[in-house]
Formats: sequence, structure tokens, C-alpha cells
Amino acid sequence: MEHRPIKTDADTRDHLVVIGNGMAGCRAVEELLARDPARYRVTIFGAEPRVNYNRIMLSPVLAGEKSFDDIVINDAEWYAANGIALVAGDPVVAIDRGTKTVTTRGGATESYDRLLIATGSDPFIIPVPGKDLPGVIAFRDMDDVDTMLAAADAGGDAVVIGGGLLGLEAAHGLSLRGMKVTVIHLMPTLMERQLDEAAGWLLKQALEGRGQTILTGADTAEIVGNGKVEGVKLKDGTLIPASLVVMAVGIRPSVALARDAGLAVGRGIQVDDHMVTSDPHVLAVGECVEHDGQVYGLVAPLWDMCRSLADGLVEQPTGYRGSVTSTKLKVSGIDVFSAGDFSGGDGCEDIVLRDASRGVYKRVIVRDDRIVGAVLYGDTADGSWYFDLLKKQEDVSDLRDLLIFGQSFASGGGAADPKAAVAALSDDAEICGCNGVTKGQVVSCIAKGAHSLDAVRGTCKASASCGSCTGLVENLLALTLGDDVQAGPKTMCKCTSFGHDDVRREIVAQAMRSIPEVMQQLHWTTPDGCSSCRPALNYYLLCALPGDYVDDQQSRFVNERMHANIQKDGTYSVVPRMWGGLTNPTELRAIADVVEKFNAPMVKVTGGQRLDIFGIKKEDLPAVWADLNAAGMVSGHAYGKSLRTVKTCVGSEWCRFGTQDSTGLGVKIERMSWGSWMPHKFKIAVSGCPRNCAEATIKDFGIVCVDSGYELHVGGNGGIHVRATDLLCKVATEQEAMDYCAAFIQLYREEARYLERTAPWIERVGVDYVKARIADDPAGREALRARFLVSQSFSQDDPWAQRAEGAEAEHHAPMARFIPQEELA
Amino acid sequence: MTTPEWLDIGWVDQIPVRGSRTVQVEGGDDIAVFRTAEGKVFALLDRCPHKHGRLSQGIVHGGAVACPLHNWRISLSTGEALGEDKGCTPTVPVKIDGGRVLICRASTLKAAA
Ligand SMILES: Cc1cc2nc3c(=O)[nH]c(=O)nc-3n(C[C@H](O)[C@H](O)[C@H](O)COP(=O)(O)OP(=O)(O)OC[C@H]3O[C@@H](n4cnc5c(N)ncnc54)[C@H](O)[C@@H]3O)c2cc1C
Ligand code: SF4
Ligand code: FES
Repeated sequence: MEHRPIKTDADTRDHLVVIGNGMAGCRAVEELLARDPARYRVTIFGAEPRVNYNRIMLSPVLAGEKSFDDIVINDAEWYAANGIALVAGDPVVAIDRGTKTVTTRGGATESYDRLLIATGSDPFIIPVPGKDLPGVIAFRDMDDVDTMLAAADAGGDAVVIGGGLLGLEAAHGLSLRGMKVTVIHLMPTLMERQLDEAAGWLLKQALEGRGQTILTGADTAEIVGNGKVEGVKLKDGTLIPASLVVMAVGIRPSVALARDAGLAVGRGIQVDDHMVTSDPHVLAVGECVEHDGQVYGLVAPLWDMCRSLADGLVEQPTGYRGSVTSTKLKVSGIDVFSAGDFSGGDGCEDIVLRDASRGVYKRVIVRDDRIVGAVLYGDTADGSWYFDLLKKQEDVSDLRDLLIFGQSFASGGGAADPKAAVAALSDDAEICGCNGVTKGQVVSCIAKGAHSLDAVRGTCKASASCGSCTGLVENLLALTLGDDVQAGPKTMCKCTSFGHDDVRREIVAQAMRSIPEVMQQLHWTTPDGCSSCRPALNYYLLCALPGDYVDDQQSRFVNERMHANIQKDGTYSVVPRMWGGLTNPTELRAIADVVEKFNAPMVKVTGGQRLDIFGIKKEDLPAVWADLNAAGMVSGHAYGKSLRTVKTCVGSEWCRFGTQDSTGLGVKIERMSWGSWMPHKFKIAVSGCPRNCAEATIKDFGIVCVDSGYELHVGGNGGIHVRATDLLCKVATEQEAMDYCAAFIQLYREEARYLERTAPWIERVGVDYVKARIADDPAGREALRARFLVSQSFSQDDPWAQRAEGAEAEHHAPMARFIPQEELA
Repeated sequence: MTTPEWLDIGWVDQIPVRGSRTVQVEGGDDIAVFRTAEGKVFALLDRCPHKHGRLSQGIVHGGAVACPLHNWRISLSTGEALGEDKGCTPTVPVKIDGGRVLICRASTLKAAA
């Protein structure tokens, strides 16, 4: 025992006397020292014969997880170093406010200038016969733990009366120490003040699974024994043998000293916001106080109180405003968390998540978009997050849908394991709010064969509307199918959870007419999309609403806005159309003139048999176009996701092998298809015989003329991944070749994803699909062709002609010129 | 009004929403002046930090522009490349006064230097 002489000599500082060497009393002194170490002379009286320790950690000490030394907060050196006199093991028995003195049981008297009462709580002992028998103890301090450890060493049975936090921790420790433990709880469920019925029930199951006997709804009649405890008898007559009885039925503020001294006392010692009692020289802090009608039985509020108290003692009052508390059960392997009010009631919304197999139960109670309570069982990782939202009274309406999955999930970033979160959902949990689809329904729809996101959307409609539950559905797919999930189409971009196909379908289904409308209806997560989705949406709308949709220039890639190809130095190149690759002196002359007039550094024959004029400045583009237009030439669309060229060979007109007029057919096809916007660039070629000089079998659409007619080839690509075409079919006449071509283009326009060329598209959908739609379905083919021609009737305007006439001229001119010497022009 | 600090380059309406216009600077890089969907106006040197793409020709979305050459995204307010990419384009202070767009003279001069 560290009895230290009480200094009464020359030290003239105000004397602060603290009654209670527990969590609050010492913490208050620490806070004070932190603010002004020299201000007070400090003496602490403690009833327990030991230094200040962490009472919360008594449970782990009992359970054998920690030793007493581990839980000491302030050791003897701390008292010495701070000049604090500790009187330990000699409780204060009287306060005389008149003379401002305290007296201990040992007879010592000490005078104070300021007195701080921090006596904590007294355990509640139920007044039943036998309560005073040896072997009946509370669970409050280190002495109680020592008693329990001795009893456990002796072996035998223990009864814990009280199935609250303390009782369960005691029972846990005792059973780990080898005792056979029975918990007697008056209420129907365990920890009823912290947990709701469901969580209490899960807890009971878990504890029983560990060999404890839990008797709920059990009322103690008496403690029996002769000279020492021998058992506990219940009101229903049951007798439970026991050599140790731990009473853990509650605590009440320790107020006897204060009451005797005439201080105002309600349930606890009444204090104001600065922890001052009815006597301005006397303060009180900790479990023994009542603030604003509230008493507390957990440490967190004490820390708040101690701060206000210390502020007041150094005359910078801040004021305590009360606390909200949370609880965790410290029983290893059983995670229980509870905070706030979970009693529900008017206007309260319960969000509940259950997973019986994993033993997880979570419940968050929301009122007016604020969390008011939370109960977590089995997975308490997010307890502090909920508690934080609760304390800060944050508006959680934005998080509402994902709240129950916890922080990592709800805040989107770095979800630890969203699959686990979804796994934890109950079967009747709603997955898709728009369509009212539950987890059970989604899972059964997956079980019946919907193995992709699309299939799920098509079958049970989950995630088919706003798409905000797409992630949940994907996780359910992964969970249900393991590796068998058909990786659904990727989302269009980071702005949306929808894939290209879904967006296209929804545009048509919901008759959407503009990019902002699509973004609104499909819950885009960015205000105006990005450079990936905007051009795609612009195209999809254009394709769906020919002649009707107003093109959005700002959603087009610069080439399509400038109707020329941007090159690495920021200049542009210009390709006039040469139908079927044919040209004449007028055109050649016009091109030559343009090259000279605008100092184009290079002219090049392209792979598509056209002439490309390089190095044109943005400002000069309209003039270049005007000159080319004047010679009868129009834009070659060499810059767009559109029909580029129709390459031809010389065919029957000149070639000794040629069987058909490939050049003539090429010109006709180009006249039919130019100007159409496509998912990607599109190239056509026509060869006059199987020698295939126009390389028609590496084009998006290729025609190889043969004696008996025309072979139609699709899906070729000469790009990074060279792909030879698939044969679509053979037709007999030129007209058929053109009709099939139109139908094929339209199918591609309507069904491929933006920036998907025909080759990957056909590989994705299968050439048989394309054959079925074009070759084997005359009516469908004709409908496609008709839609293509309708669309073409709106799109075959030469963009160059319009620009040359001055449309959007400002796009080409700077807004202002700055010449340093002359200032603004 | 053009002042010793600010150059008046024209009406806000002359810049397309979610688009840009340029100010040609004799002897130096152009300045790209952007207008976002929210109506905010920003100015950057018209030169991508990557390979000097003309940012004025990019697609404007949110508070960024996607460079037309290789699709780097550049923040309009800081000139920094966003995401994985690293690099920065000088910004030019800009303000709107009575519907007119004013850009900082000193920064504009620097662009010419
Ligand atoms: C086993 C156990 C587990 C707990 N687990 C948790 C938990 O997980 N989380 C949580 O927040 N809280 C927990 N608590 C509660 C927490 O310990 C208390 O809220 C906290 O200790 C209260 O601090 P206090 O200073 O007011 O009282 P105490 O820490 O009890 O200190 C009061 C001190 O005053 C002394 N004293 C009383 N009367 C006199 C007198 N007349 N003269 C001198 N000294 C006197 C007592 O001996 C005692 O040392 C637990 C408590 C126990 C017992
Ligand atoms: S494809 Fe046949 S018709 Fe055409 S140029 Fe070659 S050999 Fe002659
Ligand atoms: S130059 Fe801008 S992204 Fe390459």
C-alpha cells in the first residue's frame, strides 16, 4: 500500500482532494495536470488498496487474457512524479463542508479547498435470504476478481445472477476458468437493455453452445447454504447447486457520502455542466453523478465529464452536455455492439440484416434520416462508424440503401468484401427497390438459369430500372454461381452501372430523347458524364431517333466536331470523298490548288483509295472545304465513326478477269451509305472477281463478284487484330447485294456497342445470328433496310458545305487574338 | 473592360457550354477558355502536359477536359492531369464581369514568352 505522508508544509497552493481512485477520479486529475500542473496540490483517497487501474479490463483478467499489471493505468511513479499524495485502502467516511475537511475510516483528517467526489457506483445486491453468505460476491473490483479466481481454483459450480454485460462477462471468465456456470436472468432475453430480442436470442444460443446454462425469465428466491454458499433456489422451486454466486444485477451511484454531507442528490450526486455540486467548493464526476437527470454506467461519458471538469478547475469553463453511449460485450469470439435507442417507435425505420448461418444480425434504427440506434451481433466492425454517425446526428438519407452493409460498402470506396455484405442479407431483403425484388427472388431466378446480369434483369427485373442495385445483383450472381458467372457486359464507363446494351434498350423502352434525360433516368453518377459515355449516348440517341434527335456537338470527339482529322501537332487533315475511288481532272486540280493555297505540307493516297491533305490549320478548314465543294467534292468522313470509303477494283470494265462491274457497284453502294453515323468506322470494298484485288475480305462489308452473282462477306478488319470476313451469303443481283448491305449496316448500327467494330461484334453475337437476321429473315432484312434508308434521308448532308457557308464558324476562329505589343485585336 | 491586370476577350456566351474557345497569343501557345455545364469559365494553356494536345479541342465534362489526342483528363481548375496520369498545364486566372470574360494579362504574356 502506497501510503504517502500528506504534505501540509509550506505548499500554499489550493488543495484539491479527490475521493475515489478509480477511472473518473484519476482521469480528472490527469486532465487537470495537462492543463496546469502547478495549480493545485492534489491528494487522492481510494478505498481499494491499489493504484489506479482500468476497471473495464477486469473481465479479461478474469478470463485469463490479461494480468493485473497489464491493466494498471497510473503506477506509483506517476503519483510520485506529479506530487500527488495517494491514500489507498482507507476510504473516506465523512465530509464536513463547514470546516472543509474529509475524514477517513482510519481516522485521518484532511482539509480541502476544492473537493472532488468520484466514488463510482455500488453494485446492487438483491435483498434475498442468504445474500450475505460467504461466496456471494459482486463483480466490481480487483478483489472480486481475486475471489472468483480462488473459487475457480477450488472447482465447482457457479451461478451468475444477471444476464447483462457484467454478468455475461463474469460467466464467460468463470467458465473459461473451468467452472460449470449457470446464468440466471429475470428478463426473457439477455442484455435486454442493450440488445433487442433477436440479438439477445442469438447471444443466448452462442453462450449455450459454449456450455453455459442460461435460464431466462428466472427469478431468484433465495441463496441457500450453511456457513457458505451451496446453491441458488428459484421462485419456481428449481435448486441450482453453486459454490460461488456472482451478483451482477446492476449498479447504483455511490452517493452515501455526499448525501450525508447534505449535497443535493437525486439518483446520483447532482452536478451542473461544469461538474459542480450544490456546494460550489465540491465537484463530482463519474458514475456517482447525475447530470441533467442522467446517470451513466460506462466510461465514455466520464471522459467528457472529466474534460469539462478540468476546464472549470482552471477557470476556462466549457461545459458538459451529456453523452450518448455505446456498449460492446468483451466476450472473446462473441461480438456484440449496441448504441443509442433501439426501442423503435413512431417515425422510426428499422433496417435489419440477418444471416442465420453466419450468425450475423444487424439492426440500425433511423428516425428523420438520422441514426438513433444500432444493434450489431456477430459482426461489430462497423459499430464505431454507426456510433459516430449517431453522435454527429448526420443525415444518412444518401447512405440509406447501403447503410446496413457498413462503412466500406456504403461509402463505396474499397469495399472490404461486398460479397460478404450481400451474403449477410436475409432472403426477404429487398434488393431492387424500383421493382420490389427480394434477395430470395433474385437467387431463385439465378438458380433457374439466369447466369448473367442481363439474364437476371430480363427474368426478375432486378436492377433493370435505375440500376443502383446492380452491384448487389452482381454480388449475388458471384455468390450463387461461384466461378460460373457469365461476366456481364462491362458498364459503359464509371458514370453508370449500366452496360451499353442496357442503356440502348432503356433509351428505346423509355423513349428517352436527350443525353441529360438519359443521365437523369439512369442515375448517372456524374453531372455531365465523361468523354467515354457522352459520345456513345449521342450516337445511341441519333441512331434511335433519326431526323429527330438534335445532335450534341459537345459530346462529339473533336474530329467529328471539326469534320477533319486532328493530327499530333494540332493541325488537321482533310479527305474529300472520291466515289468508289474514282476521280477526274477537276477534282485533282481542286485538290492541287488547295494544297498550294493553304501550304499543305503533304498529300497522301490512303488505304481506302482517297487523297488525304495534311497540315491544315483549324482556322483554314472552312476555306478549304469551300474550295473543294466548289469542285463538286464532299466530305469523305475520314474522321468519323461512320462510313469511310468503298474500295473497288477495276472490275469487268477494264480487267481481263473481271466478271462484274465492281467499280460501278462500289460507287452505287457509296452513294447509298455515305454520311451514316456508325458505332465505329466502317469500310466497304467490292472486288470484281475472286482474285479480290480490293481486299474485300478484310472489310466490314465486302463484296466479291463471281460468275453467278455476288458473295457477301462481313466482319473483316485490317486493324491491330487482322480478321478475315465471314461469308454471309451469296446473292444473284446487284440490287440484292445493296439491300443486304443496307440491312447489315443497320443491324450493326442498332445493335453493336459504341466503339465496337463489326469484327468483335460478330465474334460476340456469332455469325449465325447475323445470318439469321439478314439472310434467313427476308421480312426482317427488309425492315432493317427500310430503317436504314429512312435514317439516311436525314444524314446525307455534306457537313463541309454547311460549315463552308458559315455554320459554326466560331468553332474555327479564336475568340480573341493577343499580340503583346499591340494588345487585343 | 481591359485593364492593366485583365484582358477583355469577349462575351461568356461566345463560348459554347461544355465547350471552349481559344485566345490566340502571338509568338506563343494559345489559351483555351472553357465553359462548363454549370456555367463556370476556366482558362488553361492550350497544351496538354502529355504530348501537347490541344485541350481546347477536347470533350469538357464536369470540371475536366479530355485531351483529344490520348484522352488524358485535365482538371480545368488546377490544370493537373487526373487519375493515373501525371502532369500539369499552366492555368490562367479568369473572371467574369458583366457577362464579359476577362483573363489575366500577366499569365497571357507569359504564354507568349
Ligand atoms: C467488470 C467491469 C467491466 C466493465 N466493462 C466496461 C466496458 O466494457 N465499457 C465501459 O464503458 N464500462 C465498463 N465498465 C464500467 C466502468 O468500469 C465504469 O463506468 C467506470 O469505471 C466508472 O468510473 P468511476 O470513476 O466513476 O468509478 P470507479 O471506476 O468504480 O471508481 C470509483 C472508485 O472510488 C472508490 N471509492 C468509492 N467510495 C469511496 C470512498 N468513500 N473513499 C475512497 N474511495 C472510494 C472505489 O473503490 C473505486 O475505486 C465495467 C465495469 C466493470 C466492473
Ligand atoms: S479482283 Fe478480279 S476483277 Fe478486280 S481487278 Fe482483281 S482480277 Fe480484276
Ligand atoms: S497529348 Fe494530351 S493526352 Fe496525349
